[in-house]
Amino acid sequence: MSKQQNSVIQWFDDRFPLLSTWRAHLSEYYAPKNFNFWYYFGSLAVLVLVNQLITGIFLTMSYKPDASMAFASVEYIMRDVDYGWLIRYMHSTGASMFFVVVYLHMFRGMMYGSYRKPRELLWLIGMFIFFILMSLAFTGYILPWGQMSYWGAQVIVSMFGAIPYIGDTLSQMILGDFTLSDAALNRFFAYHVVTLPLLLLVLVFVHIVALHEVGSNNPDGIEIKSNLDSKTGTPVDGIPFHPYYSVKDIFGVVAFLIVFCGIIFFAPEFGGYFLEYNNFIPANTLQTPDHIAPVWYFTPYYSMLRAVTVNFLGIDAKLWGVILMAMAVVIFCFLPWLDRSPVKSIRYKGPYFKFALTLFVISFFVLGWLGTKAPTPLYTLLAQIFTVIYFAFFLLMPWYSKIDKTKPEPKRVTK
Amino acid sequence: MTLIRSFLIIFLFFPIGINAAGVEVQLDKAPIDTRDNDSIKRGAQSFVHYCLTCHGASFMRYNRHQDVGFTNQELLDNIIQTGQKVGDLMVSAMKKNEAEGWFGVAPPDLSVIARSRGADWLYTYLRSFYRDETTATGWNNLIFDKVAMPHVFYELQGQQILKVKSLGDGKESKTLELAVPGSIPKAEYDKFVADLVNYMVYLGEPHAAHRVDLGIKVMLFLFAMLGLTYLLYKEYWRDIH
Repeated sequence: MSKQQNSVIQWFDDRFPLLSTWRAHLSEYYAPKNFNFWYYFGSLAVLVLVNQLITGIFLTMSYKPDASMAFASVEYIMRDVDYGWLIRYMHSTGASMFFVVVYLHMFRGMMYGSYRKPRELLWLIGMFIFFILMSLAFTGYILPWGQMSYWGAQVIVSMFGAIPYIGDTLSQMILGDFTLSDAALNRFFAYHVVTLPLLLLVLVFVHIVALHEVGSNNPDGIEIKSNLDSKTGTPVDGIPFHPYYSVKDIFGVVAFLIVFCGIIFFAPEFGGYFLEYNNFIPANTLQTPDHIAPVWYFTPYYSMLRAVTVNFLGIDAKLWGVILMAMAVVIFCFLPWLDRSPVKSIRYKGPYFKFALTLFVISFFVLGWLGTKAPTPLYTLLAQIFTVIYFAFFLLMPWYSKIDKTKPEPKRVTK
Repeated sequence: MTLIRSFLIIFLFFPIGINAAGVEVQLDKAPIDTRDNDSIKRGAQSFVHYCLTCHGASFMRYNRHQDVGFTNQELLDNIIQTGQKVGDLMVSAMKKNEAEGWFGVAPPDLSVIARSRGADWLYTYLRSFYRDETTATGWNNLIFDKVAMPHVFYELQGQQILKVKSLGDGKESKTLELAVPGSIPKAEYDKFVADLVNYMVYLGEPHAAHRVDLGIKVMLFLFAMLGLTYLLYKEYWRDIH
C-alpha cells in the first residue's frame, strides 16, 4: 500500500472503526477450515437479498400499485422498459431462488446441529428472517395482480378470518376493505417495498453479528474455539474468512449464477413453478379459478392447511388447518431445545436421527408436490400421513435423539 | 451421504411442469418455430385482420414489431387498421360494454394469452370449432365447451360437425368431421393457424428471442469465470490442509 493510501485510511480510521471492523469480521474472523458444499448458501442468501433489493428498486420505478393499472404496468416493464424483462425475471427468479437457498441453508443447520448451544439465538434470528421472507413473498406475489395473485391472497387472508372472535376485524384491518381490493394492493405494496425489506435488512445484520459472536459451526459440529493455538491465540482449525472464504464464496457465487441465469434466460417461468401460467390472466374478482395453487415454496404448508378435514375439540377444521400450518413453520424455533443428542453433527449421530431427517425431507417434498395438485381423497390422505410424519420429526426428537447410538466426536475437524 | 443421495433422487423424480390450463383433452402440438420471423409476420397480418376487431392486445405497442422485421411504414400500411400512430397500444376497436352486450362476456385481451394458455392449447382451440345449433352463436368448441366466441375462420376452414362414438363403460370419444369444406385445404388452414399462434407466442413475450441470445453470451462468460474463480480458490487454498 502506498503512503498516500495509508494516510487516507488513517484519516478514516481516526474517525470510524474501519480497520478494526475489517479485522474482526473479515481478515481476522476465524472460520472452521472444513466447510463443505452446504456452507455456500449463507453467502448466497446475501447475494440474492442484494439482487432483490436492486432489481426491486428498478421495478418500483415503473410499477403502479393500482388495481386497474398493476397488471398492465408489469407488462409495460416486460415490453417497453429497457431491459425491464431482465429486471423483472431477475426479481421473480430471485424470489424463488431465495427460498431454494434459504431452505438449503436451514437444512444445513439441521444436518450439522447449527441450532445447538451456543447458537440458539442465531437460529431464532434466522427463523425470524424466514418469517419476514415468507411475508415478503406473499406481499410481493400480490403485486402483479393476476388471477393467482388475487385468489392466492384471498385464500391467505381468509385464513385470518378463521380465527374466532377477532378474525373478521383482523382481516378487515389487513385488507383495509371488506374484500381484497385496491386498498389492499396499496398497503401490500407499502409492506413489500418499505416495511418488510427494512426489517429483513436489520435482521440479516443482526444474524451476522450474532454469527460472528459465537463463530460458525462446521460439518463436524465441534467448537474450533475450544482448541486455540498457544502462541497466536487463534483457533487451530480456523482460517481467516478473508481471503480464504471470500475467494471460495466468489467461486460459489459464479456457480450459483450459472443456475440462476440459466433459469432467468432459458426458463423464467420454470415450468409454471416460478411464474404460474394462470397469473398471466388479469385478476378477475368475479371468477374464481378452478384450481388455486400457491407458488412452490408455500405448497408444503398449503398441503397441511388442506389436510385437516374434520372438526374436533369443538374447533373448526379450517381453523385447525391454519393452526397446523402456522405450527409447521414456528416449530423450527424449538429445535435447539428438542434435540437432546450428545453430539451436534449428523456425522456422529445415530441411525434414528438419520432415518428421521430422511423421512422429514421426503415428507417436505411430498407435501410440496401435493400442494400443487387439486385435492382428491387419495391426495388428502397422503397429505394427512405426511403431515403427521413432518410433525413427528420434531415432536419425537427429544426421545429419539436421546436414545440414539452416537459416535464419539473427534478432537479436531476432519475433511 | 445417503441422505444427500436420497435428496437428489427425490429431486430427479419431482415432476416438473404444470398443465397450462388444467384441461384433460389431448392437445395437438403447435408446429411453430419462434425464430421464423416470416411466420410471425404472416401471423401478425392475420391477427390484426381477424382478432383485433373484438380482442385487444393492449399491452403491446405497434412499433415493438420492429423486432421481427417490420418497418414503421409497413406497420402503417399493413398492420395498423385503426388510424393509430406507430407508438400506440394495440387496443381493440370494440368497446368493452358493447362486447359484453353482444357476447355475454368481453373478449379477453390477447397480449399474454399464449403465456396463460400455451401454444398447443391455442393451436388446438382455433382448429376445434364445430357447428352447434344449441348455442347462441351457432358454434361450439371441442376444448372450450360453450365458448362465447364464434368461429371467425369458418370461411377458411369450413364447417366441422361433432361425431360422438361410445367406447363402452360410459366413455365416449369425440371427433370432428369437416361437413362443409372451406376456401382453403386443411393443411393450409393448419399452417395459417400455426402462423397466428406463432405470432401470439411472440406477442406474449416479445423479448424472448433476445433473452435467449443474451443468455447464451451470459452463460459463456459465467463458465469462463467459473474456471478462473476455481483456479483462484485452489491457489489460495493450496496451503490449507
